[in-house]
This record gives sequence, structure tokens and C-alpha cells, in this order.
Amino acid sequence: MEEKQEIQLKKISDVEWEIPKQGKMNVPVRVFASEKLLKLIKKDRSLEQGMNVASLPNIQRFSYMMPDAHQGYGMSVGGVAAFPVDNGIISPGMCGFDVNCGVRLLATQLNKEIVEPKIEQLLEELYNNVPSGVGKKGHIKLSKEELNKILKNGANWAVKNNYAFEEDLETTESNGCLEQADPNMISSKAKDRGKNQIGTLGAGNHFLEVQYVDEIYNPETAEAMGIKNKGQICVMIHCGSRGLGHQVCSDYLRKFEDAFPEIAKALPDRDLIYAPADTNMAKEYFGAMCASANFAWTNRQVIAHGVRKAFKTVFNIRPKEITQVYDVAHNIIKLEEYDGKKMYIHRKGATRAFGPNNPEITEKYRKFGQPILIPGSMGTASFVLIGTKTSAEKSFASTAHGAGRVMSRHAANQQFRGEQVKQDLEKNHIHIKAASWKGISEEAPGVYKDIDEVVKVSHDAGIGNLVVRLRPLGVVKG
Amino acid sequence: MISKMKKYQYEEHTAEAKFTAFGKTLEEAFINSALATENIIIKTDSIKPKIKKQISIEAKHLKGLLYDFLQELLVLFDSELFALNKIDNLHIQQKDNEYHLKCVLYGDNASSYETVSGVKAVTYNEMDIKEVDSVWNITVVLDV
Repeated sequence: MEEKQEIQLKKISDVEWEIPKQGKMNVPVRVFASEKLLKLIKKDRSLEQGMNVASLPNIQRFSYMMPDAHQGYGMSVGGVAAFPVDNGIISPGMCGFDVNCGVRLLATQLNKEIVEPKIEQLLEELYNNVPSGVGKKGHIKLSKEELNKILKNGANWAVKNNYAFEEDLETTESNGCLEQADPNMISSKAKDRGKNQIGTLGAGNHFLEVQYVDEIYNPETAEAMGIKNKGQICVMIHCGSRGLGHQVCSDYLRKFEDAFPEIAKALPDRDLIYAPADTNMAKEYFGAMCASANFAWTNRQVIAHGVRKAFKTVFNIRPKEITQVYDVAHNIIKLEEYDGKKMYIHRKGATRAFGPNNPEITEKYRKFGQPILIPGSMGTASFVLIGTKTSAEKSFASTAHGAGRVMSRHAANQQFRGEQVKQDLEKNHIHIKAASWKGISEEAPGVYKDIDEVVKVSHDAGIGNLVVRLRPLGVVKG
Repeated sequence: MISKMKKYQYEEHTAEAKFTAFGKTLEEAFINSALATENIIIKTDSIKPKIKKQISIEAKHLKGLLYDFLQELLVLFDSELFALNKIDNLHIQQKDNEYHLKCVLYGDNASSYETVSGVKAVTYNEMDIKEVDSVWNITVVLDV
């Protein structure tokens, strides 16, 4: 390991830090973190990656890092960067390989006392309805035409095909469909990777969790979301665009690199490859990225359908009795307007956090702000937050997306045994159904940062306020 | 000593999977990189060499060639459930400003084996291809 030079940070407040402009940086780096989280962020190369992003052309305001930031490839995970549509850039690596990896939260009318005695049966049923793990095919076989319809129309496809209620779309970021989507910009390799994967969870950190409401910080907002009392059962779905989105990111990374060799050569890190926003290549990528995002929303919608079926089987409740709180993207590039300019907002491992009265928020939530869903690690709490008035100014309306890893998967497998982790979780009344033991040990609670600290920083920094805390009862993992 | 040379080793990386693969030749290091990648998804030693596939890849530079080569394994796994056991006859040629790779993959349909975990994509992060004391070293970080 080469010697790392200590990066100096200026304290702005208890939860905000800055790396002043230096060297090739065009703007400073702004980090949202407590001293405790900053210590963890300093352990890997994320700050250096934040500085690399700050050196990109025409980056606006700051290169932002969220409280859960950790080392990624090119840009850190938990990174936010904005570039104007005029004279800006667009970068696949700053969206992330899993385009529209995100989270959906469903609320049931059941409470913990009813569900807990049947949790094993429920997990079994969820596992059967939602294929998970590596190389598992979905229950839906898609023709090329149908796949193209999903890529173009997003979750609307799911309504037409009876996998969704209209109300589900209203509570999905961008209504589950980005109109700029262009399925023709997606390679046949990417389509081949994704064609069997609609309605599947995948592996890695993706999960399906049965949770109960443990704390309500803001009853009025919670009630608008359909969350009324402690002990109420919710279901959280965490996954993305599967092989299709991954391939789209890789395809365009390579295409950009070949099309703009002089840009590639000048970069501190090739994963930051970008296209000038006014080129055809940039427009093609944006069309493909939007189509991949549509695929991910449809994927989570089909999974939600599987969840409703499982609850019907076990508890004999109608699918409509399970309502959707919200669905957010954690890896995405969005066209948004700030400082009077249209910009490509790159959020990689970050959640949009629009404040009250933003016209893009569904009417139901407009006066409160946009709901933010932040999953913890397996066995720890997850949180619902709400966007703030100050977030647009502070962070291009962005906040954290999760706990953020502190230990590699390799080290986790050395340190934890899946069987032991499962036993420990069961002692805490958390049941688990996983496709593999490795899936359990890699995601052991000890490999992540303290989620409570992450959401507290978001709240204290005014970029996303606490609404509800959820705790797990049962987990399905790939 | 060289005959006992490790094919590859996994290394520390907070969020992703990282490996260094070795080879007496560049070609051998490419083969071992492929095995290191596939082995994260499924135990390559357990796969029977039932299905044979010829692939050829072109790229404008060596790192791009490696990227596309490893990425092809992920495509074959997701789209056809092709699980790799071994690679034969791997040749790399440099012509004009292009690199060409040809090889034969042997493997089987993954559905009859137990999978380990997923790989989302190959990355350029910390990618390195170098020759040290007559041994080729290839380092790659995979997005998992």
C-alpha cells in the first residue's frame, strides 16, 4: 500500500466539513459527517475520490459527499455532483453500475403480534414469490417487444399487466417512468442479461425485509404515508436494474472511452469517463440510463406484487390492503433545475431529498416534502426521512442512502460465519431466509457503519429529517 | 517454483472485490483473471467442461481488452447461465492500434451447480497490468 497523504478538512459545522479548492479542483469538496463518521470516511480513499470529482469540468458548487460515503470506483459511493446541461458533462460511472438501485417501502394494516408467530411461513412464501440469489430467473418470461415496453414505459407496464395499482405509480419517484428513456440505445447484450431477471432480487446487499414500526418521530408526516402506530408491519424492497443496468453502465463507459480518448487520458481515474453534455453520445447514454431506471422501477413493482401475493397466502388479506409508502432511486442521474440552470444531477449512493412544495413531488406528499428511504444493514434499523426546505441549497436536494460498508466482503467472510450470524440474529428475534450462507456473512451487521449516526447527521445537517424508524422481523436475502 | 505459482489471490477492498492474477505470459494472466472473476460467482473447479464456446474480443488498448474480456463472462452468465471451468488457446495479438483476443471457453449450465455470489461489473478502478520479474500481474476491482 502506498503512503496516503493526510487530507486536511476545514470544519464548517458539527456535521459539515470542507476540503478547500486545491490542485486541479474546480470546486471544494463538501462532506456531511459527524467526527465519528469522518474518521471512518478517512480510512479509505473516498475523500481522494471526492477531490477527483471536484476536478471535473464545470462541476457546480461542490463535490458533495453524504454521511455514508465510502470508497467506490471513480466516484465514491455516497457522492453527489451536478453539471449544467449547457457546457456540462454526463458520466455513467457517477451514476453507478446498478442504475436505479433503490428502495421501495410497503405498509400493511397488520401488526407485529399477528405477523411474528407466522414469520417463518411468511419468509418461505416471500422467498417462493420473489426469486433471489445469483442466476435465478424471474417468474415472467419476456419477449423482446415486452422488454422494450418496460424500458420505454417503466412501471406503467406493470399497471397494464396487473402487477401494480395506479396508486403505486403516484408514490414512486418520477411515477416509475423517465420519459427520456430510449430502449434503442440499450445493447442486445444488456437486454439479454436482463430479459429473465424482471421480478428478481439479485444478490449482494439486496434484500427483502419484513419490518415493524419501532419509533415515530413525526406523526403527521408518518400518517400521510400510511404509517399510524408502533408495531405496524411494513415491507422494504432493496434492489435495482439487475444485469441490464450493469451492462448499460459498462457499455457506455467503454464507448465514451473510445469516443473521447483525450478526455480519458487526462482523467485521474478512468471510471470517471464522461461525455460533454452536448454530444450525441451523451444523449444516447442518458436515453439508455433512463430506460434502465424504468426497468428497475418495474422490477421493484413486480417484486411488490410478489410480496402482496405472499401476504394474501399467509394472512388472507387483499392486495389493496398493502399500500405503498414510496419508492426511491439511490443510483441515478436526473435532470433538475438549480440556480436557474438545468443540470444533470449525478447521485451515486444518495437519495433525492426534495423539500416541501416541489412540483415534482406527488400531491399526496407535496406539503411535507419527498419521502426518503434509508435501509440499514441486515439486523439493524431502517429509516424513513423527509426532504427539507434547506436541502436544495445545501446538497442539491440529496442525502444519505444507507449505512455504508466499513469492511470488505472478503474480510467479512473471514471474520463471520453465515450460520453464526443467523443464530445471533435469531437471538434478537430476526429471522432470515437466504439463498447462500455467504450472502449472510458478507452482509453481517458488523460490516456496516452505524446507521443511527448516518441518519442523525442527515437530520442535523438539515438535508433529510427523521420521520419513522423501522426494525426487522425477517429478512430474505440473495 | 514457477510451476507452483499461485493463479490468483483476492485482496482487501471496502466495498468491492479485488484480485491480482498471475501468469508466466500475458495470456496466462488473462486466463487467471477470468478464473478469479468467475470464481466469485461460482466455484470454477466444480464446473464440468461440457459446453465449448469460442469468443473473440477487440479493443483499442490492453486495459480495455481485459475489461471487455472479463465483462463477457458476466454477460454469458446472466444471459445463458454459462459457468466457466477453464480456458484454452487464448491468444492476444496487437495489430495496428488494436488488440485482438481469441480463446475457447469450457463450462456448463450454472443451474445444476450452487452459486456463490454476484458480480455486477468490471471496473477500471486500480486496474493494473504489469510484468514484474518475468511474471505478469493483473489487478482488477469488480463491482459486486
